[in-house]
Amino acid sequence: MSAQPESYVTPDGRTIGGVMMEMKNITLRFGGVVAIKDISFDIREGEIRAIIGPNGAGKSSMLNIISGFYVPQEGEVWFNGARRAPLRPYEVAGQGIARTFQNIALFEGMSVLDNIMTGRLTHMKSGLFSQALWYGKAAREEHENREVVEKIIDFLEIQNIRKTPVGRLPYGLKKRVELGRALAAEPKLLLLDEPMAGMNVEEKEDMSRFILDVNDEYGTTIALIEHDMGVVMDLSDRVVVMDYGKKIGDGPPEEVRTSQAVIDAYLGVSHD
Amino acid sequence: MFYREAGEFRTSYAEDSQTFPIRFDRWRYYAVLLVAFAVIPFIINDYWVNAVFLPFLIYAIAAIGLNILTGYCGQVSLGTGGFMAVGAYACYKLMTAFPDVNIFFHVLGGGIVTAAVGVLFGLPSLRIKGFYLAVATLAAQFFLVWLFNRVPWFYNNSASGQISAPERTLAGVPITGPNTEAWATYLFCLVFVTLTAVLARNLTRGSVGRKWMAIRDMDIAAEIIGVNPLRAKLSAFAVSSFFIGISGALFFAVYLGAVEVGEAFGINKSFLVLFMVIIGGLGSIFGSFAGAAFLVLLPVLLKNILVGQLGWATDLAAHLEFVIVGLMILIFLIAEPHGLAQLWRLTKEKLRLWPFPH
Repeated sequence: MSAQPESYVTPDGRTIGGVMMEMKNITLRFGGVVAIKDISFDIREGEIRAIIGPNGAGKSSMLNIISGFYVPQEGEVWFNGARRAPLRPYEVAGQGIARTFQNIALFEGMSVLDNIMTGRLTHMKSGLFSQALWYGKAAREEHENREVVEKIIDFLEIQNIRKTPVGRLPYGLKKRVELGRALAAEPKLLLLDEPMAGMNVEEKEDMSRFILDVNDEYGTTIALIEHDMGVVMDLSDRVVVMDYGKKIGDGPPEEVRTSQAVIDAYLGVSHD
Repeated sequence: MFYREAGEFRTSYAEDSQTFPIRFDRWRYYAVLLVAFAVIPFIINDYWVNAVFLPFLIYAIAAIGLNILTGYCGQVSLGTGGFMAVGAYACYKLMTAFPDVNIFFHVLGGGIVTAAVGVLFGLPSLRIKGFYLAVATLAAQFFLVWLFNRVPWFYNNSASGQISAPERTLAGVPITGPNTEAWATYLFCLVFVTLTAVLARNLTRGSVGRKWMAIRDMDIAAEIIGVNPLRAKLSAFAVSSFFIGISGALFFAVYLGAVEVGEAFGINKSFLVLFMVIIGGLGSIFGSFAGAAFLVLLPVLLKNILVGQLGWATDLAAHLEFVIVGLMILIFLIAEPHGLAQLWRLTKEKLRLWPFPH
């Protein structure tokens, strides 16, 4: 594979660094069903990497492997230059990988502010006792992290719903809050599972802008799954195309778009 | 009119995250504390302390404890009675083993022992959820009561199988035993209630509380943001059992004085505290107080009205009392499933705009 860790500069002036995460020959089976078959690809530092493919191609499973929900039967996951042992999802979070879900997974009983504050949990270290007494460290830590969260609230333009319980919000805003919660962790790698599913054009434009800004301002590496081809082609630096658990394309958007295998997968030719 | 946010500007996160951000609320809270600490002790008598105040205060502690586990962390427990028994027996063993130590520390010790036992019985929560967990905690309830009945060491081999609290004093004033005074036992419990409420509030507004609520609302998402489910659930069990243990110790040592475990800490107790939490409001400290007040005061009130005012026969009134309380719980839960705390929140939202809601 082409895993040379040299950096380059994109046409719009962002610097793409070396390989941050590399999936090597991943195979994932559920009983007799092969969800992912021998797939390898890498994610480079600072890039926006899209994973596309028809329904059931194994895209979400791939994201679940990265975030620790599934352990592949074969293959290796490399992160920051070291092979990663099978981890629990909360340990993956501790390494600086955050994600959003296809079906929003927010904490409905909590306010927007509290939801985004939960994203800071990996940064909050004060123990049970100091929090129970709410002296010195616990209160100070709370307010420091609140400051970070308020910046994210500003960035996502949701100041007015700060104290609203998430359960009361409309769908588009929930998606935004979920992005905020992932951002609050200040992740090195941000995984977005269909961030624009079910949105109208205007909401999609907003979300695209946020994704580009996150990548640009915070330098966050982003891997996203998306079905809207226009969005994928516009946003991403490189695209992996999956179909029936196999990789059928990998490269810059314009290259992938003209690939015959990809066109076949989307337009549908008979599978042998 | 006076319950207003208008004109109050908060300029720091500390001010914004305080428990009572609205000034009127804050003063009301101080006023309640003042009355509770400085007025009631002077006018209280034996009837009021035994019929109303002690049960209310002690059940409030238990309800806060269970609310942390069930309301905040989403783990349903039917083992409250058993955990209260652990607190009571641990307190009893400590009282008799270290007679010179302050009673305050005996009660605290009861809480700490219960926290350890709670963690042990919380272990199944990592594998089972919801109704199934409730049934698993039922095992704790029955096992613990059985244990305290069968092993003579726990009741110091007393012939009756009961435990009874010896006299212990605090600064020369008897707190337990036959010669207590109303104001002393009341104040002793009140101190514990205040501490419990403040600690619980601090825990639930910080990152520990957010971990619990994250587990409650969606455990998969909680894990993905870095919450270790094992530690979050067990810490909820520990804190919850600590408070429940304290309430059990107070229930035995200060309120009843002598206890037969099956009667005082049976399954009924577990349900009673669970109902308090549900009626008061899951996930609310205020709700724990409201629920405890509702279920303690309502029977007393009914009894006073039926027997005292209307002159009915005591046994008839006692039976009717069950019917009426049950009926009121039903009506209440249909009208406001989120409990008294939600009712209170709605009232406050209305008050904010009153008398000009437009």
